[in-house]
Amino acid sequence: MFLWVIQRDLLLAMRRRFDILTTLFFFVIVVSLFPLGIGPEINILRTIAPGVVWVAALLASMLSLGRIFSNDYLDGTLEQMLISPQSLSLLVLGKALAHWLITGIPLILISPLLGIQYNLPLDAILILALSLLLGTPILSLIGAIGAALTLGLRGGGMLVSLLVLPLYIPVLVFGSGAVEASAGGLGAGAHLSLLGAFLLIALVITPWATASALRISME
Amino acid sequence: MAINWFKYSSPASFYTLAGKMIPYFSVVASGLFLLGLYISFFIAPTDSQQSEAYRIIFIHVPAAWMSMFLYLIMAIWAAIGLAFNTRLSAMIATAIAPTGAMFTFLALWTGALWGKPMWGAWWVWDARLTSELILLFLYIGFMSLQAAINDPRRADKAGAVIALVGAVNIPIIYFSVKWWNTLHQGASVSLTQSPKMATTMLTGMLIMGLACWIYSIVVILIRTRAIILERERHTVWVSELQGSSQ
Amino acid sequence: MNWTSWSDFISMGGYGYYVWGSYLISFICIAGEIILVSNRKRTLLKQISLTKAPIKQERK
Repeated sequence: MFLWVIQRDLLLAMRRRFDILTTLFFFVIVVSLFPLGIGPEINILRTIAPGVVWVAALLASMLSLGRIFSNDYLDGTLEQMLISPQSLSLLVLGKALAHWLITGIPLILISPLLGIQYNLPLDAILILALSLLLGTPILSLIGAIGAALTLGLRGGGMLVSLLVLPLYIPVLVFGSGAVEASAGGLGAGAHLSLLGAFLLIALVITPWATASALRISME
Repeated sequence: MAINWFKYSSPASFYTLAGKMIPYFSVVASGLFLLGLYISFFIAPTDSQQSEAYRIIFIHVPAAWMSMFLYLIMAIWAAIGLAFNTRLSAMIATAIAPTGAMFTFLALWTGALWGKPMWGAWWVWDARLTSELILLFLYIGFMSLQAAINDPRRADKAGAVIALVGAVNIPIIYFSVKWWNTLHQGASVSLTQSPKMATTMLTGMLIMGLACWIYSIVVILIRTRAIILERERHTVWVSELQGSSQ
Repeated sequence: MNWTSWSDFISMGGYGYYVWGSYLISFICIAGEIILVSNRKRTLLKQISLTKAPIKQERK
């Protein structure tokens, strides 16, 4: 059942392939804007690179949160899911991970390219990709709560960012901190393990919260 | 005799109970405020390092206490409202948010005003100030979510979920901001360790804290009664109420 | 009592601007909130009494 949801969502996403690319292009454009704003100074760019990439990843995954539930909400499949005997939390977990696969993975794959654009050393690029690998699922999981809460509201898109961004801050702090620590020679082990811990906590708590939020919104 | 707690959980009886309590609380609150101010300005000695500027502590620290305390209380009421489906507890949670946000804003503003003479900068990315700022975002998120949903029942429940999720995150945010602060700057610029707590200073601060607490009870009760009126407009007891125009 | 003169009290050891500034803001916020909440309740009571008024006449 869990895999069915993920498979179904991936299938749906594949039909509208362009959606995946919009998130990706948004991420690339935002990251490339900063040098234009800040100037081509190499070592300035290198120091701000992790922060910029992470903030862009935050924004990219958050902007595409609306899509997790809205299509199913509009054509009624969400009601079926609520009524179905399957546990709602599992379904919601499936949908959040599907969202991660659609938006998270492309970001991770393209982040080395952006690392080079920011002239990051090789190991920093590796750590950046690794921290994104651990961090972006957390973004999708927590974001699913915001998406469920603001289902069907008129100002929904803006509201999600208001609800969810404060909750993203620990992920941002340790995500970009990991890269900076590795660049500073401290080694990113501590940061990455903390990100892993956040991921485990999120995997346990957020599906239940999203399920209850969905039940509230769908009443 | 068993106190029937649930008697006061119905909006009607709570409305009258709150009505009776508000005058007493407001008298106590204003008394405590005057006492606290008197102590903070006239009895507390001049601090050795910071001379007079430290007197801002008498409003800054109570405001910070209240901002965190009220968020916790809001989360508890939200949880009760979600668990027992009692409308009144959700109303109280909704009533707490603006006062909490006000105290957070106050803590930030007085913190900045205190930071200027002490650290020479209006805003310093000190761990506590930053997590206070994030707390303000949490409050604003809660209030805007409730404002966006026009059906009161769904607004209460949705607000409860975001309040609880926020409450779970507060320790994590504080911890990560504290780490972030110490890692980035070499010597972490923290508030100069608070002046050695002469007893009068401490009592002044505690009294001001108590005054802020009772003040927020008064304001929250008034706002809860307003919310009760808003939501129970169509009921019979509200129309009877007009007779007493209380 | 550690204030010799009134002007000394106001200057607050040179930090008067900051100390009085923060207390002024706190006073404004608290007073503002009290005013906002109480007239929110007053307008509500007024609205309710307006909507209920006709019904009362019929009952008499």
